[in-house]
Amino acid sequence: MGSRASTLLREEEIEEIKKETGFSHSQITRLYSRFTSLDKGENGTLSREDFQRIPELAINPLGDRIINAFFPEGEDQVNFKGFMRTLAHFRPIEDNEKNKNPPATEPLNSRTNKLLFAFRLYDLDRDDKISRDELLQVLRMMVGVNISDDQLGSIADRTIQEADTNGDSCISFQEFIKVLEKVDVEQKMSIRFLH
Amino acid sequence: MAVLGPGSASLRFGSVLLIVLILCGSSWTRDVLTGRNDTRPEPNREHHDQDQGHAANATKHKKAFPVLELNYDYVRMPFEISLWILLALLMKLGFHIIPRVSHIVPESCLLIFVGLLVGGAIKAIQEKAPVMDTKLFFLYLLPPIILDAGYFLPIRAFTENMGTILVFAVVGTLWNAFFIGRMMFAVCQIEAAAAAHVSLLSCLLFGSIISAVDPVAVLAVFEEIHINELLHILVFGESLLNDAVTVVLYHLFEEFSHAETVTVGDAFLGVVSFFVVSLGGILAGVIYGVLGAFTSRFTSHSRVIEPLFVFLYSYMAYLSAEVFHLSGIMSLIACGVVMRPYVEANISHKSYTTIKYFLKMWSSVSETLIFIFLGVSTVEGPHNWNWIFVIFTLIFALLSRVLGVVGLTFIINKFRIVKLTKKDQFIVAYGGLRGAIAFSLGYLIHEDGDSKNTRGMFLTAIITVIFFTVFVQGMTIRPLVELLAVKKKKESKPSINEEIHTQFLDHLLTGIEDVCGHYGHHHWKDKLNRFNKTYVKKWLIAGERSSEPQLISFYNKMEMKQAMMLVESGSAAKLPSVMQQREPRPERMIPKISKTREAEIRRILRANLQNTRQRLRSYNRHDLFMDPFEDNMSEVRFRRQRVEMERRVSSGSGSESESDHQNRATPSVPNQSIRTSARNAFYHKVYTYDENESARPSDSAALLDESNRSADGQSERQKPTRCLSDPGPNEDEEGISFRSS
Repeated sequence: MGSRASTLLREEEIEEIKKETGFSHSQITRLYSRFTSLDKGENGTLSREDFQRIPELAINPLGDRIINAFFPEGEDQVNFKGFMRTLAHFRPIEDNEKNKNPPATEPLNSRTNKLLFAFRLYDLDRDDKISRDELLQVLRMMVGVNISDDQLGSIADRTIQEADTNGDSCISFQEFIKVLEKVDVEQKMSIRFLH
Repeated sequence: MAVLGPGSASLRFGSVLLIVLILCGSSWTRDVLTGRNDTRPEPNREHHDQDQGHAANATKHKKAFPVLELNYDYVRMPFEISLWILLALLMKLGFHIIPRVSHIVPESCLLIFVGLLVGGAIKAIQEKAPVMDTKLFFLYLLPPIILDAGYFLPIRAFTENMGTILVFAVVGTLWNAFFIGRMMFAVCQIEAAAAAHVSLLSCLLFGSIISAVDPVAVLAVFEEIHINELLHILVFGESLLNDAVTVVLYHLFEEFSHAETVTVGDAFLGVVSFFVVSLGGILAGVIYGVLGAFTSRFTSHSRVIEPLFVFLYSYMAYLSAEVFHLSGIMSLIACGVVMRPYVEANISHKSYTTIKYFLKMWSSVSETLIFIFLGVSTVEGPHNWNWIFVIFTLIFALLSRVLGVVGLTFIINKFRIVKLTKKDQFIVAYGGLRGAIAFSLGYLIHEDGDSKNTRGMFLTAIITVIFFTVFVQGMTIRPLVELLAVKKKKESKPSINEEIHTQFLDHLLTGIEDVCGHYGHHHWKDKLNRFNKTYVKKWLIAGERSSEPQLISFYNKMEMKQAMMLVESGSAAKLPSVMQQREPRPERMIPKISKTREAEIRRILRANLQNTRQRLRSYNRHDLFMDPFEDNMSEVRFRRQRVEMERRVSSGSGSESESDHQNRATPSVPNQSIRTSARNAFYHKVYTYDENESARPSDSAALLDESNRSADGQSERQKPTRCLSDPGPNEDEEGISFRSS
């Protein structure tokens, strides 16, 4: 990697990322090597095409949305810090974190932040509400092309009906949290990054 | 009769009567199970006397035609078996009638106690009591319970915790077996124990028998305490999967205890044998499961025998595994798990209900019989009470369980996302109950031929441990759960939100794993799902349902359930008010249902409007009525019947048929047609396949199947009400044969 000295990860960067995301040293280095393997352009940032080159992501119904989630508002490139910041949402919640002095801001992988990440994937226009159309779009992506619009529509309506408590026929973030209170989000939205 | 409590006088009388009946019944039935030819002397003697008398008279005049004869031998076997089962079930029923006792004492304890009483009574009469024949237990009593558990196994929870369960089952059981065996061998060397003749291998055999957590006992106790899903699946999964270990260890030590030395090669073969037994068992189960699923694809032509296929294929899987000394339990579980999603997509609702209820029924009967027999066999069995041996066995069994659980959890927690807390560990350790499997295996031991009655000693110790765990641990686990404030199972309705979001999160996590290049849990699950969708479903599911996305089938199931639930209150008179309740919320009006569903709904309504004059049955959640959603109703038949029906209806209330015509022509909201129908006071029946009313008192295991949970009756969603026709024996498979109203 001698020719790419400019893009090597510096210690202070690792420390910064560690503090911000809570990943361990070895995890950060592992993910950095993954980052560089994806980065075909070798310019230290990933573009959308780099993500789309991952074969399994192409067949994933939510592939595009996931890719978009990595890129901050309006930008086309994401650097390693941004990459890690997004992935930090999926770090398992550790018990000992609760005992140590709680961090000033909520850690990225708290339950609320995990749910917020998922919520933002539904809510494309960022109005803090999942409207019927947004829900329909997601349903259509997950279900495929064989189901009629009517049927999907009735599913969407029923979904909103179940979740909606304030009658605005949209699902707000609070309602979203409430609906998923029985689901073990800590387990469902965590990936065991190997040590 | 302390166990029966201070009931009313009639209860006491009833219970005394029951006991008397049991005594009589048991003295009749003892011969069935011991296979001896010890017949009741009186009837035969009478018969002989009669014969002789007749023979003597025969020479004189023609034998008088016997108007009333006694021929007990002819029906002996089935009569005695049925009587035994009937008495067991009456006992079970009796416990639930007496409310206070059943809250404190788990049912299994009560049944064992009854068994003890019966056994004692039989012994007092100095007859030989029926003992739990090993073949009877393993071939007839155990499979229904395991199949019931396996068929309704909550897959998601099971696979998510598979690693933990396997570690507990395999490593934990091995640890238990060796620890107990080794310790007991040391104990046997003590002077006071007078058991120095017991070899190390015998002790290891003993250890392997007693080390396994028993699924029957765990099910019986855990079901009543409604513990949270994680703990339930951990203990229960462990009890199922340790069967392979137990089988291997048992056969291994039994073989070796007759040999003189054990070589390393033998030990290696033992390890190989473990893999063969477990994987072979699973393979056998999978093969039969696929066969069963494939068969169910074609059963649309003959719906009545659908449930039988499920049962028979599963039973064959069990027996086939037992032929090769593979793990029958794992085979049965694998068969049920593999078969279930495809079979359920193929069979009719009625068959599904049948399967569910039959499984619950059989497993309930089996469980009851097992516990009673356990009690009876305790009184009867060859005993050799050796204080030191028994006490130490008990101590070491408990100790090894605790050590095993704590030690393994320490290792497991390094790999788990959601760690197991101390409370969890305690419950897992405390829930390690031993049961009838240990007893039956103990019974199977060959006696060594010496006069020391080692087998008796082992059996006594095994029984003591079983009794201790079932009685003490079983009774105290409920208050302990309350005391420790362990999380209880959350009752929840099936929620389309949860389903959608769970699937959404699955996709999301798979995507993130792919981005990280991490081939984890989600990645493989996704691959399996994809494989399932593209290849397996096409082969195993009939018709167009093979390409139905999971979300859609879940949603359809929910809707149908809810439509049934809507008329749960039962009477037609209530219905207009229920419908009117919905009116003041127009903004929540149900949007259009898709055309096909509308057509389907209307078709079903037409079909059932026919039998409007049928009497309303009184509300009973346990009634199973004909399923109007039979998939095999052909369009042609329906059209014909619709024509017939219209003719009849038009002769009746004219306006209604008009509105019906109109509504059929235009795809308007079907609510209006429903309301008019409702107002015309059609009778409605209750139809529910609600998990809550299963034969097992509190069926937590089945409740975990989210797609089959009953919806809340007060759902806001309007649904077309179902007018269900009265079930007749000939109405089912031939479509709807309309009887004249």
